[in-house]
Amino acid sequence: MIWNRKHLLDIESLSPEEITLVLDTARAFKAVGERAIKKVPALRGKTVINLFVEPSTRTRISFELAATRLTADIVNFSAEISSLRKGETLKDTARNLEALNADIIIIRHSAAGAPQFLSRVLNACVVNAGDGAHEHPTQALLDAFTIREKRGKLDGLNVTILGDILYSRVARSNIWALTKLGANVTLCGPPTLVPKVFEQMGCRVVYDVNEAIEGADIINLLRIQHERQRKSMFPSLGEYTALFGLNKERMARTKPDVIIMHPGPINRGVEIDSDVADCSRSVILEQVTNGLAVRMAVLFLVNGGKGPHEISGN
Amino acid sequence: MGGEAQPQQCGGLFASVFNSKHVQDFSVSTLTSQNTPVLNADEIQEVLQRLAGEIIHNKVNFDQLVLVGIQRGGVHLAERLSRILSEKFSRQIPVGRLDVNMYRDDLGQRAAPPVHPTSIPFDITGKAVVLVDDVLFKGRTVRAAMDALNDFGRPRCIELAVLIDRGHRELPIRADFVGKSVTTGPCDKVDVRLREDGDAEGVYLVCA
Repeated sequence: MIWNRKHLLDIESLSPEEITLVLDTARAFKAVGERAIKKVPALRGKTVINLFVEPSTRTRISFELAATRLTADIVNFSAEISSLRKGETLKDTARNLEALNADIIIIRHSAAGAPQFLSRVLNACVVNAGDGAHEHPTQALLDAFTIREKRGKLDGLNVTILGDILYSRVARSNIWALTKLGANVTLCGPPTLVPKVFEQMGCRVVYDVNEAIEGADIINLLRIQHERQRKSMFPSLGEYTALFGLNKERMARTKPDVIIMHPGPINRGVEIDSDVADCSRSVILEQVTNGLAVRMAVLFLVNGGKGPHEISGN
Repeated sequence: MGGEAQPQQCGGLFASVFNSKHVQDFSVSTLTSQNTPVLNADEIQEVLQRLAGEIIHNKVNFDQLVLVGIQRGGVHLAERLSRILSEKFSRQIPVGRLDVNMYRDDLGQRAAPPVHPTSIPFDITGKAVVLVDDVLFKGRTVRAAMDALNDFGRPRCIELAVLIDRGHRELPIRADFVGKSVTTGPCDKVDVRLREDGDAEGVYLVCA
């Protein structure tokens, strides 16, 4: 299996083999983070730009550290202090960055499709770090990596995604990745945030949280995205917590070896109780560590995308 | 030794005598499938025994000896060498596995190579490292391996053991312990099949 994509724009268009290749590559890069010298020269001399038009801290830092550990030079570009504020279009901004000889542009944007658009107008590699409610491919890859590391495989596992599905790019990317790798995906949350139409993506949709978490091997909790909701989709956060929050009582109904995941930032006392977030079943911080490894793997792979396949020799 | 003279003849003969596209296609399809045996399973084992003997003979500081196999074929060979050496000295010779692909000099000019985990579960500082690889060709893998080892510590010395030296070096690198030297054309392939990968064991020369 050879990776020959110049961009990582979504999970939807990836084959199961391509996803598995990213996960295998990430395994090697995770080991780099455990060494005394946590740096390899794989992207030496390359310029990476973090073009974050929508604010983000954890994903931006994760990509920044990933590029740094690959010995690339990285520049952070945030919308608040940029010329986008002065009326420049995204295309012009990106072309200006490319004129500075950027090799890889990592983009986060509130508009779905912005990374696809950039990939068509730029020569640089484009990596999607989240576009609107469309996709967040590296999050899905790191979630799949974490599950595979814990369970050895994804095929046949029952994964429940609980929370705000409608506005969640993490949910969409996760559904694509999980179903492609053979997991059974159950979605649960308030009906306004989990429309039945998601069944067309090959998921089971249930509205009773107990039904959703019983039998689950993995429970992936998603944050309620206040910032993306145009109107109130449920009566109150308190009611959400009462009906869907993961607490000790609900944990008692789950499999004893269930894994609790959350892409962060967690809202303690809303979608997850503090003691559940900190319990031994929770792998929330391991997800952060794995995210770095997965992003190193993605930058490494797209950097070679569309190059000749031939190895230049032993 | 069967593979030494044949490969150069293959492409040359057909290319010069026949010029039509049809015949060239024919020559490719028949000749690329022609594998000239270089070593069989027993000979590989004999060669490893000899290499182990040479390593012992050369190592003044045997206590400090560690082996580092280059992924993937080199790892299997390093493990076999370690078993032979450990038996002779009733001391376990540690084996590390090194993947050099993050240190290659052609990244960005080619599709990303598959990267396997690196695991060197011991401190290499002050050790006498013997790098082990299956085939020595241009020397670029070995250069990358030396760069990689640098990130794990400062060995007292690094030496190189290879099963096959096929020539065509592009860097000032040579092996200290050579299983077998084989004359090859620059576009030929040396196919090392090891039982650890589930293959019928043997080394073959595949003519370009």
